[in-house]
Amino acid sequence: MSTLAQHLLNGLMQGTIYGIVAMGFTIFFGVMNVIKFSHGDVLALGAFGSLSAVLSLQPLGLPPALQLLAAFAAAILLSGAIGALIARTLIMPLREAPPLNMLLMTMMVGTVLREGIRLFYPGGTNPQRYPELLPHGGFSVANVFVRYDGLILVFAGIASIALVHWVITRTRLGLAIRAVAEDSEVAQTMGIDFAKIIPVTFALGSLTAGFAGVLFGLYYSEINYGMGLLLAIIGFSAAIVGGLGNIWGAILGGYLFAGLQTLVVAAIPSLSDYKNVVAFVVVIMLMTWRPTGLLGEGESARV
Amino acid sequence: MRSGSKAMRSISAGPVLVAVIVCAVVVTTLVRIEDQKLLVVELAAIVIATLLAMKFGIADKVETSARHHPWIGRASIIVATLAVLSVLREDTFGLLMLATVLLYVTTCIGVTIQMGYAGLTNFSAAAFVGTGAYTAALLDARHLLPDPLILLSGGLVAVAIGSLLLLPVLRTRGHYAALITLAFGVMFNVFLDASDSLGGPQGLKVGGINLLGWDFSNDLHLFGYEFSFYVNYVLLASVVASLAMVLAAILDKSWIGIWLDAVRLDETTSAVFGLNIGRWKILAFTIGNFLAGISGAIYAKMAGFIAPNNFTLSDSLIIVSIVILGGIGNRWGVPPAALIVILLPEKLQFIQEYRLLLYAALVIGILVARPGGFLERRTRRFDLATT
Repeated sequence: MSTLAQHLLNGLMQGTIYGIVAMGFTIFFGVMNVIKFSHGDVLALGAFGSLSAVLSLQPLGLPPALQLLAAFAAAILLSGAIGALIARTLIMPLREAPPLNMLLMTMMVGTVLREGIRLFYPGGTNPQRYPELLPHGGFSVANVFVRYDGLILVFAGIASIALVHWVITRTRLGLAIRAVAEDSEVAQTMGIDFAKIIPVTFALGSLTAGFAGVLFGLYYSEINYGMGLLLAIIGFSAAIVGGLGNIWGAILGGYLFAGLQTLVVAAIPSLSDYKNVVAFVVVIMLMTWRPTGLLGEGESARV
Repeated sequence: MRSGSKAMRSISAGPVLVAVIVCAVVVTTLVRIEDQKLLVVELAAIVIATLLAMKFGIADKVETSARHHPWIGRASIIVATLAVLSVLREDTFGLLMLATVLLYVTTCIGVTIQMGYAGLTNFSAAAFVGTGAYTAALLDARHLLPDPLILLSGGLVAVAIGSLLLLPVLRTRGHYAALITLAFGVMFNVFLDASDSLGGPQGLKVGGINLLGWDFSNDLHLFGYEFSFYVNYVLLASVVASLAMVLAAILDKSWIGIWLDAVRLDETTSAVFGLNIGRWKILAFTIGNFLAGISGAIYAKMAGFIAPNNFTLSDSLIIVSIVILGGIGNRWGVPPAALIVILLPEKLQFIQEYRLLLYAALVIGILVARPGGFLERRTRRFDLATT
């Protein structure tokens, strides 16, 4: 019973991280019809940024709450800034290029970030221990032990998704983002500054990745330079299974992927090393069945 | 018509011969030179010479000359290859590098057919290479088949595994299709790492090649000279790479090449004009995977040892980088790009550690500044076919 609950909490945490990453993919796709594959590596960069912020503040002996705040602030600022920079200098100039070129370019940007962390972060080749900043311990409900930190992280993740959703649906900025996503030319004639909204949108999507990077570090207590690659592929899968451009689809896809992994681990423990293989096989099968995603728009050009 | 044939007669074979000799000298010196400063100087010289050759139309002259004297071009390439081998006959490491470059060329020609001709994204080329390599390793351990059949099965198993992806790849487009190959590439790696029967992360050992009594593990003695046994592998790899180039040329010059272009450029319109999109995509995907599988099988037998680390997503990205740097869809861009991308980090120690970073930055630069690659693919000129 308690292992089942542990699996459930684990799956919930993973699903939340995947969902946040997938949400980023879908936001970028919504406004510019691009896949920004460097998203996962922006996450890793945010995580490493927060780690160095915490480590450099440690001699001051601040209380954990302030350290936590510093970690999130550093991750969000760094990943948001790098997201806006990539959008402004690389993605916008290439927006007329074929989609394959754009995908490849962002893959290479991701490689630059990943290799940059590996080569230039002190000891970056090895996994780095992430400090435990959340309260230890937990409580028992009906024989099930629930860790405080896990619970806090899941709630923080879900809250961040809700916050981004609120920004996009309820604020003026969100209105502008949705207008550009709907039709960028008409949006421009309505006085929306395209050249400003795109980097801002990419900053918004990227800072959620930095946030997820800190969640990842706090939950697993370890980060490494390559962590973004698998997260990007899973997040991309989740966004696509849900249907690109649909935020709820992305989040659904994230929890679905984590659910599949958890199911494999819980139901067939001997296959737990193969959990990603099974999950990707299911993703490929789902896409063969629904080529534009579960909640995606239909395809019109059929001959 | 008459003036055309007159012009044809007056075009000399000189430029193509000079170009082949220059390439042979460049390859030999790049492999031989150990001094780091000298290497950098040579690289700078190559870059400047290439730029000048393009600016003053020398590249065009070579191309025209090669088009009018195809057999002189082919014969000179064979002679030059043999000459390079006889100079490098005892340089074990250099020969190993050359064979690796040639196997990369084979794989990249396959990816050129998939991505450059048919417009099928393939971000899992390394996984297909790996399929061929692991097939060779497993068959080799059981001694069931002679080596030529083992190499062939490497290609065929890659095709079989690839055919599992056919339905998803054909039903999806654009980003969705890209994801399928990405997911497959990652899946393949996770699977290899986890699978005990395939050696897990430690990998598998593989024996050398024995082609019908010709044992590749023995040094060669010809004309009183001693050749390192890697010469065998370079010879085999250059034959396979040349066959791949010829296959790509046949496809490109036939109607199939034109249909593939049509499918790539506009699927809907091609279908309206009666082309069976699925058939041509399947053909391109299958040929590409076959070439990747064969080169994987040869690689496994040559290296003697394979592990999941040899076939990661980064390796797939390196393969795609070669195709893009050379000029996507231009098969003649592949060999120089492969030479640069594979050989350079091995020779220049100071960039070894930074090579992925450098390639990634280089590809970003190319995609932003010159999306067609260094040697851009030419538009078809139908007037040439009629003269």
